[in-house]
Amino acid sequence: MVAYVNTETLPSLPPPKGLQGPAAWMRQNLFSNWINGTITVVLVIGILAALIPFVNWAFIKADWVGTSRDDCTSGGACWVFVYVHFKLFMLGLYPEAETWRALLVGGILVLTLAGLMIKGVPLKKYIQIFALFFFPIVAYVLLSGGYFGLPHVETNFWGGLLLTLVIAIVGIVAAFPLGILLALGRRSSMPIVKAICVVFIEVWRGVPLITVLFMSSVMLPLFLPEGMEIDKLLRALVGITLFQAAYLAEVVRSGLQAIPKGQTEAANALGLTYWQGMYKVILPQALKIVIPGIVNSFIALFKDTSLVLIIGLFDLLATIQGAFSNPKWLGYAIEGYLFAALVYWIFCFGMSRYSQHVERSLKTTH
Amino acid sequence: MENANATNAKPEIAVSLRDVNKWYGEFHVLKNVNLDVERGQRIVICGPSGSGKSTMIRCINRLEEHQAGQIIVDGIELNNDLKNIDQIRREVGMVFQHFNLFPHLTVLENCCLAPMWVRKIPRKQAEATAMEYLERVKIPHQAKKYPGQLSGGQQQRVAIARSLCMKPRIMLFDEPTSALDPEMIKEVLDTMIELAESGMTMLCVTHEMGFAKTVADSVIFMDAGQIIEMNTPDEFFNHPQHERSKLFLSQILGH
Ligand SMILES: Nc1ncnc2c1ncn2[C@@H]1O[C@H](COP(=O)(O)OP(=O)(O)O)[C@@H](O)[C@H]1O
Ligand SMILES: [Mg+2]
Repeated sequence: MVAYVNTETLPSLPPPKGLQGPAAWMRQNLFSNWINGTITVVLVIGILAALIPFVNWAFIKADWVGTSRDDCTSGGACWVFVYVHFKLFMLGLYPEAETWRALLVGGILVLTLAGLMIKGVPLKKYIQIFALFFFPIVAYVLLSGGYFGLPHVETNFWGGLLLTLVIAIVGIVAAFPLGILLALGRRSSMPIVKAICVVFIEVWRGVPLITVLFMSSVMLPLFLPEGMEIDKLLRALVGITLFQAAYLAEVVRSGLQAIPKGQTEAANALGLTYWQGMYKVILPQALKIVIPGIVNSFIALFKDTSLVLIIGLFDLLATIQGAFSNPKWLGYAIEGYLFAALVYWIFCFGMSRYSQHVERSLKTTH
Repeated sequence: MENANATNAKPEIAVSLRDVNKWYGEFHVLKNVNLDVERGQRIVICGPSGSGKSTMIRCINRLEEHQAGQIIVDGIELNNDLKNIDQIRREVGMVFQHFNLFPHLTVLENCCLAPMWVRKIPRKQAEATAMEYLERVKIPHQAKKYPGQLSGGQQQRVAIARSLCMKPRIMLFDEPTSALDPEMIKEVLDTMIELAESGMTMLCVTHEMGFAKTVADSVIFMDAGQIIEMNTPDEFFNHPQHERSKLFLSQILGH
């Protein structure tokens, strides 16, 4: 063995030239060898071949405004169909004279969400309290009316995107706490609580949402006393909430399972009660882990709201389908479905992006 | 904070275990454990892995439940009365082998959580107290960091500060240095020695003989769920009586 002491401290050098910049990136990632290069070329050609006719049809040759199908003359997409029915798609048959109420609710919703999501907005706590406790009341009073001289608008007239959002938001907001309670219950050491939660979760998870909706609209009335009637929308909302809560419970439970036992022990050792420990220590960590799963199930719920059409509620998709079934507008199903897809996508993509933002902002280690 | 029960001049008993027995299923993990810890005493507990050391000290703040016998902490008997359990946990701090800091909270928030929620101390005051203790464990400048950004030794000192913020009368330590790299053990032991010198009642599960010799009033040796030897540190380390103590010491000192 040769004894050796290194007394030299090497300086840090910049990386060699030609390894950075867009050209180098393309060479490394798109054209690193001839197979890779061929695949790149073929895919680019394929994408263009599909995209160009679509863009041509949907934008360049499309007709955008008008009053009837006769205004669609260019042979491209007939967005006149959407233009003419826009109010129907957004609000359903909500009375013309009361439209401002729905728009006001929408405006408050947007402002509240912005207040909640944008960093640095003051009085966040009060916005949260408003969003959770007062907004639902305000929204209900405005939409439904019957108070303060506002004419009553029955839920039969709620429709389109308005109805989709009502169902999705109520489903999400109500299912969330219920799902957490079910998840905690399923992990409880109290056998009866645990059994109830397991049965509840497994029953609701094992049934298709369509069945739940059918039962809520067809079977539930059979069990109610004669003459008693519950609003159809309300029944659907309860069904969807319970269904969603069961799913959410399992997502939350997987997060709870990932938290080491030491966290509960530390919380207990410090004197925190079960609920304090859950609220301040365990749930913040568990929910953070399962944000992708939670958002995933919210996105699924958002799209599943379209199933309410089978019990005669006219959500976004149902109003669109109704519109292109009208003999005056036959043949515009593609435009209708594309518009539906676009609206659903905007909301789902929004949720997905927001969840990624939340995940990033909750990172506490490097 | 005078204990109302302390009426006579006899040394006040902080922790008392009377014929404590515990089973995990069929497995008899604690067998007739008897122990009295006077206020201000420092006890070091050692023994082979699996001998029930953790279980014993975890029974003292009810992280584990004993099935027979009596445990009295600070004059309050541990039973199924949740009020008693809550009251005891406020007075008993615990430091774990793996720190168990709350990773989603900053160091300062870790320290303020229990004082604010359990003792209902206003935030300002809780933060001031927390800074005081962070100063004492020599990491006040890390207060705004998250536990994941600290070294193991720093995390353990935060964990000690977090416990102290509740102003406990008794501190339990379960192998506080076993998960640490060698160069960090000393900083944690120094903190513990300082705490011991301030008069805190301490029960420490540890194999750090230096620590035991410096501060312990007595050393307890456990094996297979029993306390089989108890003596002053000098006597215990230099003249162990029981065969198994001798064997154990030769193993941790030996090679
Ligand atoms: N939750 C548990 N369930 C079953 N057995 C356990 C549990 N916790 C500990 N034990 C067993 O009890 C014995 C004592 O454990 P412990 O008190 O942790 O020992 P020590 O801290 O002295 O190493 C060990 O044999 C261990 O396997
Ligand atoms: Mg142990």
